[in-house]
Amino acid sequence: MKATGPSGRFSLDWSVSRVMAKGEIVLGCLAPHPPHVVYAENPEQNEPFAEGGWEALRWGYHRLARKLKTIDYDCIVTLTPHWQTYVGTHFLGLERFQNISVDPIFPNLFRFHHDIKVDVELSELMCEEAAEAGIVTKMMRNPDFRVDYGTIVSCHMMNPDWDKPVVTISSNRSTHYYSNEVMNDQATALGEAVLKAIEKSGKKVVLVASHSLSHRHFVTEAPLPEDMSREHIYNHSQYVWDMKAIDMMRKGEMRELIDILPEMIEQTMAEAEGGGLTWMMAAMGMPDYPAEIYGYQSVIGTGNAIAAWDPNETTREIVL
Amino acid sequence: MSEDPEIVMGLYVPPHPHPLLAPDQNEGWGRLRDAFDVCRQRIEESDADLILIYSTTWPSIVGHQIQAHPKPVFTHVDDDFHFLGSMPYEFSMDTEYANEFRDACEARGLQSRTVSYDGFPIDTGSVVALKLLNPDNRIPACIVSSNVYSNRAEQIVLGKAARDAMSKLGRKAVVVVVASLSNRMFTEYIDPSEDRIHSPKDDEWNRKILEFFSDGRLEDISQLSREIQGQVRVSKVVAYKPAWWMASTMGQHNNYDGEVLAYEALHGAGGAVIQLTPSAGSIGDKEFDEDDVEYYHGDRDVLGKGAI
Repeated sequence: MKATGPSGRFSLDWSVSRVMAKGEIVLGCLAPHPPHVVYAENPEQNEPFAEGGWEALRWGYHRLARKLKTIDYDCIVTLTPHWQTYVGTHFLGLERFQNISVDPIFPNLFRFHHDIKVDVELSELMCEEAAEAGIVTKMMRNPDFRVDYGTIVSCHMMNPDWDKPVVTISSNRSTHYYSNEVMNDQATALGEAVLKAIEKSGKKVVLVASHSLSHRHFVTEAPLPEDMSREHIYNHSQYVWDMKAIDMMRKGEMRELIDILPEMIEQTMAEAEGGGLTWMMAAMGMPDYPAEIYGYQSVIGTGNAIAAWDPNETTREIVL
Repeated sequence: MSEDPEIVMGLYVPPHPHPLLAPDQNEGWGRLRDAFDVCRQRIEESDADLILIYSTTWPSIVGHQIQAHPKPVFTHVDDDFHFLGSMPYEFSMDTEYANEFRDACEARGLQSRTVSYDGFPIDTGSVVALKLLNPDNRIPACIVSSNVYSNRAEQIVLGKAARDAMSKLGRKAVVVVVASLSNRMFTEYIDPSEDRIHSPKDDEWNRKILEFFSDGRLEDISQLSREIQGQVRVSKVVAYKPAWWMASTMGQHNNYDGEVLAYEALHGAGGAVIQLTPSAGSIGDKEFDEDDVEYYHGDRDVLGKGAI
């Protein structure tokens, strides 16, 4: 840079300015977490053995996992309804969690030995930005904490190699304490804050909303859980709502879908009540482009769709 | 269906970890801890040989889950209050009772199963209760989940199944319900010294419920469950179930000596330690017409009837 020195003579000032590239969201995924899909995969980390099952979902996940292998990214950030917090939104704040995760609902299917690496720097940045936006936040620093199975199932199915760090964000239960509409507003604020943090970080991030669509379960289980002759949606109205949501995803009507989400939650007990989809869509600017649909199937009566939003028009696909 | 079991006492205790992990941070939390300690001593002095816990912080979906691991060992951390510390535990469970309870559930039409897995996540409420009420594992315990979809009929039958199993095995039981009264917490962090019940309305309702407990009117509280759910419970689940289960398990009447040992705020929620001891006298001014269910017939398939 040219400057005039104290002597008044022309001089050169060789200062180096380091400009970090702006971080970005490279993919957003709706990734349901029934432990059944991991169970059916028989990975070495999981203790029970299955004869298969839920192929429509698993094959969809395989296709999504292959796409992820073609994308350059640094970290997976998940918002999960199985880390439920009533006092604020919490973020994982330690670099590594090694433990066994036993599903409290389906312990017969999911006893998964995990070794999870966390991008603490990004997690802290998200926590700071969320606090700056007025959201009550907390970093989780207890080394004995057990990472929830929602995070583990979604991340395993998308990246079975576990070769990328993750960040888990808890689900604040604002639906329980206030209403579905308040949840939508708060999750939107969280999404916008998370986007700011990602941009500041300079990192390329995959977002994951870890949940089902309709979420009414059967309260009985087949003797052989993977007996697919027993699997179907809980009732037809759940199915109709799920199809409506998927149709809007295909059409790129995410603003509209988020607007009617409170009604869908009310009607179908949709697991989006945890804020995941709203959070992710807000962070991605409410996409008006088509989602990639990877699969839909019921698991013990719940409706599960795998979908992805690819901001890159050149790599965006029509999958199903 | 069976002879009346011997219920030594019933306890209603809060699920939050504060009395276990941080009794010194707030005088009220300390008083709750003291009340737990009194109950522990009374259990030790009794001839009970089973502690049966119904925990509202152990949700289940596939029917009713019953802890049957003979010696579950783990270190538990609460999802919200992880900063208060870890809760390492090693408990002694009554596997024979757990299996009998499951069989009794099935005999009454309920979906039920035992769980016995290393590393199974025992919930915060059960861990707090067992560590404070039975720290040396002097008495074998059993824990039953709270099914998220169950309502009154199912809860009543679940309690009767618990009684069936006690009678069959001749157990003398301490019945423990782990639940808040009002369950609305503050949604932001507070100075522990400034903890209080979230609202005057919650406090007023809590005190009315405690008045009933003090008078030993367990069945009356059970019958008022739907009203309590509407007034002071946030809609996490479909109903306020613990009183249904407690009354059904201990006996659906008002013949109890009630004692409220402590009532304090736990981050805004209503936490109480209450003892009910079966007695001869009865008090009450209510009569109800809700059916006393013996057998659970499952969903009535209302949604499937007449559907296009």
